[in-house]
Amino acid sequence: MTYDKEDEGYRLARIKPNLERRALINELTRKFFREQGFQEVETPIRIPAVAPELHIVPFNTEDWLLSTSPELHMKRLLAAGYNKLFQISRCFRKGERGRWHNPEFTMLEWYRAGADYMDMVHDTEQLVVTLADRLGLGSTIQYKGHKIDLAPPWPKITVRDAFLHAAGWNPVAAPDPLRFDDDLVGKVIPGFALSQPTVLYDYPALLASLARLKPDNPAVAERTEIFIGGLELANAYSELRDTPEQTRRFQMEIEKIQQERRQKMAMPTRFLQAIAHLPECGGIALGMDRLVMLFCNADSIDEVVAFTMDTA
Amino acid sequence: MDIEDVHKNTKLLINNIPYNVDEAEFVKPGKGRAIYRLKLRNLIEDTIIERTFHSGEKVEEAHTSNYEMQYLYKEGDHYVFMNTETFEQHFLSEENIGDKKYFLKEGTVVNITMLGDKPIGVVIPNFVELAVKESEVSTRTDTISAQTKSAVLETGYTIAVPPFIKSGDILKIDTRTGTYVERISTKK
Repeated sequence: MTYDKEDEGYRLARIKPNLERRALINELTRKFFREQGFQEVETPIRIPAVAPELHIVPFNTEDWLLSTSPELHMKRLLAAGYNKLFQISRCFRKGERGRWHNPEFTMLEWYRAGADYMDMVHDTEQLVVTLADRLGLGSTIQYKGHKIDLAPPWPKITVRDAFLHAAGWNPVAAPDPLRFDDDLVGKVIPGFALSQPTVLYDYPALLASLARLKPDNPAVAERTEIFIGGLELANAYSELRDTPEQTRRFQMEIEKIQQERRQKMAMPTRFLQAIAHLPECGGIALGMDRLVMLFCNADSIDEVVAFTMDTA
Repeated sequence: MDIEDVHKNTKLLINNIPYNVDEAEFVKPGKGRAIYRLKLRNLIEDTIIERTFHSGEKVEEAHTSNYEMQYLYKEGDHYVFMNTETFEQHFLSEENIGDKKYFLKEGTVVNITMLGDKPIGVVIPNFVELAVKESEVSTRTDTISAQTKSAVLETGYTIAVPPFIKSGDILKIDTRTGTYVERISTKK
């Protein structure tokens, strides 16, 4: 996507307040996690294998890849006994460019031993209200003409109920991934109230990705996503610790990628060996650019990043 | 071309109809398939449609180009243009031209959009100068609504003008809004 040209000096002066706030949000985020006893870690950006996912396309760099998420390496640290860790890192996803996307973006991920996916939602509630408060915004923010009340607990709805209500079908009973994506962005998300964040949870088992299935209902996975102001902000799991099951899922994705994208993906073998030692844990990935957009009342990622792929 | 490579102002051929991509919106669930919502303007009829595409889909690019041509005359319901470099003549139907016909005066140089060797549309200048063919005489009693009156231009276009405009005056018209800008000259 290309955007209308604007003088660079003028553009950078215009978004300076947003970039100042962005720096403050980074600082306050680190402070929040340190106060909660999390260790900040750094994992490599250039890696031999990413988690194979049909709709996430990595960039090649020589014969390795640019990281699409720090997830696999962070879980390898968890498996080695690092119990609470967080990272703010750059991730790269090919072809993702739009008002809410830039192929290079910033992800905040954190993992906690002994936690499940709903504990990660709780952490996010605490993080977001703490940031809003320390930014001097109180617990209510203005975003694109709407007042959003950030006070927890945030309303929660299952994928099943949200789809039945907004799209008239149940994706848990009758999985259809293509229709799922269309209706999610076309009907379900636009139907969420803008006055509060929304927590969408219990995804169909077919869309489990790296989440464990619900022990008392294996038709769904313990996966949840958080939406604020219409933006998909974060994705959390109760992490899968079953090496054969994770291997099987990756194998399926690798075959689909081979068929649809004509690309050979390497199996992340070191990760698969490590998760046998993973403690019961929850993990979450949160889009920092979008969090900054929310706190800056910015309509586009271009307003919170100094140089995007169109201006770099 | 791949849908991934479509930008704003890319021209596409869908069912043999050329469209301009007026807006391209990229939406994607984090783990889901990318969705491209395009607002497409039919280059022949100037109508807008919306279409959704998914990552992996292919679309056909429409190869259009613009040539400077002079409008010569109208023949039946066709408008005749001449390429100012090659002197080749091309025809556009009244339907293709639409309301732009009101701003086309014989001899005017315009841009013609071609799809291959077929002319599909005309790009007219933002401002044109046209003569007033007839205009009402404003009356002194008509003080309340006398801010403007209507006039008919040489192309048959009816426009609101100030009360002092007379038949034979040359007016500058903004073709984007279809409104009067100023009087260029007046008939002595």
